[in-house]
Amino acid sequence: MTYPATYRYTKEHEWIDATAGKVGITDYAQNTLGDIVFVDLPKVGSKVEKGKVFGSVESVKAVSDLYSPVTGTVVEVNEELATAPEKINTDAHTAWILKVEMTDPSEVDQLLSAADYEKFVKEETH
Amino acid sequence: MVDFGGWDMPVEYSGITAEHMAVRTGVGLFDVSHMGDIQFRGPGSLAAIQALSMNDASRLAMGQAQYSAMLYPQGTFVDDILVHKFSDNDYLLVINAGTREKDYQWIRSQVGSFAGVHISDYSDHYTQLAIQGPRAQETLAKLTKTDLGAIKNYWFTWGTICGVPNTLIARTGYTGEDGFEIYLPSDEPTSTRVWNEIMGAGEEFGILACGLGARNTLRLEAAMSLYGHEISEDVNLFEAGLERFSKLGKSDFVGSQALLHLQQSGGPKRKLVGLEMIDRGIARDGYKVCSLDGKEVGYVTSGSPSPYLKKNIALAYVPLDRTAPGTEVAVEVRGNLVKAKVVPTPFYRRAKKQATPVK
Repeated sequence: MTYPATYRYTKEHEWIDATAGKVGITDYAQNTLGDIVFVDLPKVGSKVEKGKVFGSVESVKAVSDLYSPVTGTVVEVNEELATAPEKINTDAHTAWILKVEMTDPSEVDQLLSAADYEKFVKEETH
Repeated sequence: MVDFGGWDMPVEYSGITAEHMAVRTGVGLFDVSHMGDIQFRGPGSLAAIQALSMNDASRLAMGQAQYSAMLYPQGTFVDDILVHKFSDNDYLLVINAGTREKDYQWIRSQVGSFAGVHISDYSDHYTQLAIQGPRAQETLAKLTKTDLGAIKNYWFTWGTICGVPNTLIARTGYTGEDGFEIYLPSDEPTSTRVWNEIMGAGEEFGILACGLGARNTLRLEAAMSLYGHEISEDVNLFEAGLERFSKLGKSDFVGSQALLHLQQSGGPKRKLVGLEMIDRGIARDGYKVCSLDGKEVGYVTSGSPSPYLKKNIALAYVPLDRTAPGTEVAVEVRGNLVKAKVVPTPFYRRAKKQATPVK
């Protein structure tokens, strides 16, 4: 699996597409979780904070917190995931969870690049 | 891979949901070699087993297996077990992996001094494979001349499978589905070869290799107890609702005196029930069960989305006054109270094709 080079990543396995403000979880994360059955989405208008929990994603075997890669306001959530959470398993890098309007766009620069994230995942699986 | 009682075991191969559905609708193959196997030999075997095991092993015929448990003197669980009668002088107890050492020590301490019985831990001698699902018999039939249809539920025989002679073939399982468990010599080339041949034989039925994840969701739908969850040294027989598998009141065994006393003094104060989530949310092991106004009343022993029923289900201990089906409770899911209701168990029962297990 290739990680889009235009995205940035967290060590908690979220990605952010900074141009669109879209946030999702990585292919590594969906693969580790297995069959995803439930995504607990925040409300539009709610605030998210870099490094803080904004929701959760549940698979058959486990529940996992979602951490926001940036600080900002939720402007849209992917309602499709409420009825079809398995979209994350099918294509984690297009199945965005929420769109966030960043308070400080420079926060993105502190996140991992695709190459660094890939390296991080490799180390984690060893 | 996860560590499970000292065994490296896959949680899933191709995905829990797919594996689960393969077993419900076709066939699945599990490597359950982690299960422990304790052999009782000698004319004193039955007396020793009767003392240890809550079920009545004297009712077993040769070639018959029985669900049972070993209890502590206070009536709580050492482990649940399957007792197989090979002959009057030869029995096999199949026990859990995580409790193997404890069980063996317990057995030695309780009946080690009994006359005429020799007890051995044969756990490392067997590779145990479970072939489970409505197409299990058709799958296995390709690999043996043994008349599998003649083996009734909770009976077993010996036969040649994949050229391996004297293989114990039992119609048992832990999935709520029809199926077989076979016990092979544990050498790796044989184990690998038989595994591959079963996978080949089941291909036309969509066989999938199944891991611990599907094993857990399957047994949960069937509301079968798992040691460390529904049953443990802190839970007694009545609470777990397994008294139908005991000879209590008919014959003595370790734990029976305390249980009779408990029965006379009003019975258990809590019981295991099935829960189905009403509101969105998944109950997980260890979550609190509360009254609708948030007062803690019990706890979840096992909880998961049910891949077959497409509902979120759980087993939980609740006080007696909340055990009636339809009773609404709340499960504390990550800080939120999520409404659930008590439902009858098992959550899933397969369509009857053959005799029910011997109880």
